[in-house]
Amino acid sequence: MAPDDRADTSIAAPGGAGEDEAVGTFDLTKRFGDLVAVDRATLSIARGEIFGLIGPNGAGKSTLIKMLTTLLPPSSGRATVAGYDVLSQPAKVRRHIGYVPQLLSADGSLTGRENLLLSARLYGIPRGERVQRIARALEAMGIADAADHLVQHYSGGMIRRLEIAQSMLHRPTVLFMDEPTVGLDPVARQTVWQHVRQLRKILNTTMIVTTHYMEEVDELCDRIALIARGRIVALGTPSELKARLGAGATLDDVFARLAGTDSEIEQGYRDAQRTRRAAREHG
Amino acid sequence: MPSAPAAPPASTAEPGFGRLAADYVSQVLAVAGAEAQKLRHDPMEIGTRAIQPVLWLLLFGQVMARVRGLASGDMNYMDFLAAGILAQSVLFVAIFYGISAIWERDLGVLHRYLVSPAPRSALVIGKGISASLRGLFQAVFVYLLALVIGVHTDFAPLAVLGVLLFIALGSMLFSTLSLIIACIVKTRERFMGIGQVLTMPIFFASNAIYPLAMMPAWLKAVSSVNPLTYEVDGLRALMIQGGTSVYGLPLDLAVLAGVFAVLVMIAARMYPRMAV
Repeated sequence: MAPDDRADTSIAAPGGAGEDEAVGTFDLTKRFGDLVAVDRATLSIARGEIFGLIGPNGAGKSTLIKMLTTLLPPSSGRATVAGYDVLSQPAKVRRHIGYVPQLLSADGSLTGRENLLLSARLYGIPRGERVQRIARALEAMGIADAADHLVQHYSGGMIRRLEIAQSMLHRPTVLFMDEPTVGLDPVARQTVWQHVRQLRKILNTTMIVTTHYMEEVDELCDRIALIARGRIVALGTPSELKARLGAGATLDDVFARLAGTDSEIEQGYRDAQRTRRAAREHG
Repeated sequence: MPSAPAAPPASTAEPGFGRLAADYVSQVLAVAGAEAQKLRHDPMEIGTRAIQPVLWLLLFGQVMARVRGLASGDMNYMDFLAAGILAQSVLFVAIFYGISAIWERDLGVLHRYLVSPAPRSALVIGKGISASLRGLFQAVFVYLLALVIGVHTDFAPLAVLGVLLFIALGSMLFSTLSLIIACIVKTRERFMGIGQVLTMPIFFASNAIYPLAMMPAWLKAVSSVNPLTYEVDGLRALMIQGGTSVYGLPLDLAVLAGVFAVLVMIAARMYPRMAV
């Protein structure tokens, strides 16, 4: 896809490169002043994978996603998304990704349909296809009945599903979701995941998800990376990571063990505050 | 969305210039179109902005009209003032437009715009056109009011079209300036402070409520680099029967378009940093 990048296969993590790779990072680093928010992250995520990023608040998950979605330029290191370099080809990266940010990104003062129309036009979906694609997206996400209501009257789960629909309208190669189920009740969470799974099945979209719900990770993700204080401290399938701790271990145990003891989690909290403050001041 | 099996992203071939230009226009209009839809959902919002020009024309104008020497040439002061107040009310709406950009950042809507493939300048111009939609509604109010108080308004179609063009350009210019300020100050609280401080010099150091000829030399110099002066100059010539332009309409237009183009370039660079 990007011949100029193909020559340099060192971008990818050892072993995994080429057309099957959806996301590859090499020593990807982001500093805010003297705070290292993401520290030399090296990853290779295959096409079609559902990849989980877990870790305490402020560990660097959102910063990593912001770099991969071209919202934040890396301080050093490299990253390719859908075969394009995030630094030298940001416009091409954007064309091939979808992003559901942590904040609510659907516009409350528009209807669901209008939000989708806005996305369709921003992504240059041909006029003739817009109406039909929007109708299908609404249907697929189970919000067709509310399509013409203002989004400010939607429930949290409906807004998330609308945002996923918006992010999938142009059929991206990679979909990034930053805590898509935070603040949702269990039923709404279930529904969101049900639809996400369905999408993956039909479109084979690579999905990169951050979440704090370990049971979701366990059930949904093919592989996960555990991030603590900006570093990737563990990488593997959920069962691999659990096996490391011995029989009967849960992902919660893995999280507690690898992301730090209680006092270190406290540290993580302070890091989070620092990250946010630093991010704001340097932004 | 379903039914299409694992479709690779559409053609990866480089699109031609025509296609790119069409996409660009479509992306600009997407942003502006969303704003139009919002206004349709909440028309009251526009109404609340109609009050300020009423106060200026009815209270300020009625008294100042009695001050001798304020009217320039053979124009009576209410005629003179009407165009200035039109420009001012458009300015006041536009200069606070940056607040909505900060609001969109706080909500997360901004991120949706910035991860889209739309060029940043297309987003900025789209936002400018959004602001000009609001400005055009201001024009309707001021025209109605002008009719009521007997301002000699020129309703020739070309003149009205010209007024709309100047208002659109003025709105786009000052809302883009506002967007740049929003990118710098980043919070609504700071913006409110700056916005207030900014509108007054732009307004008073212009020909909006008194003619350039009355100004001391230093203020005249300041006014002549103030884009609002050129907007008012154009509006006065077009809106009022027998109105004349000091600088000439082509120069007025060129200044507004030139300043807008420069502001768009600056804003397009700064806008993405807001998401951080």
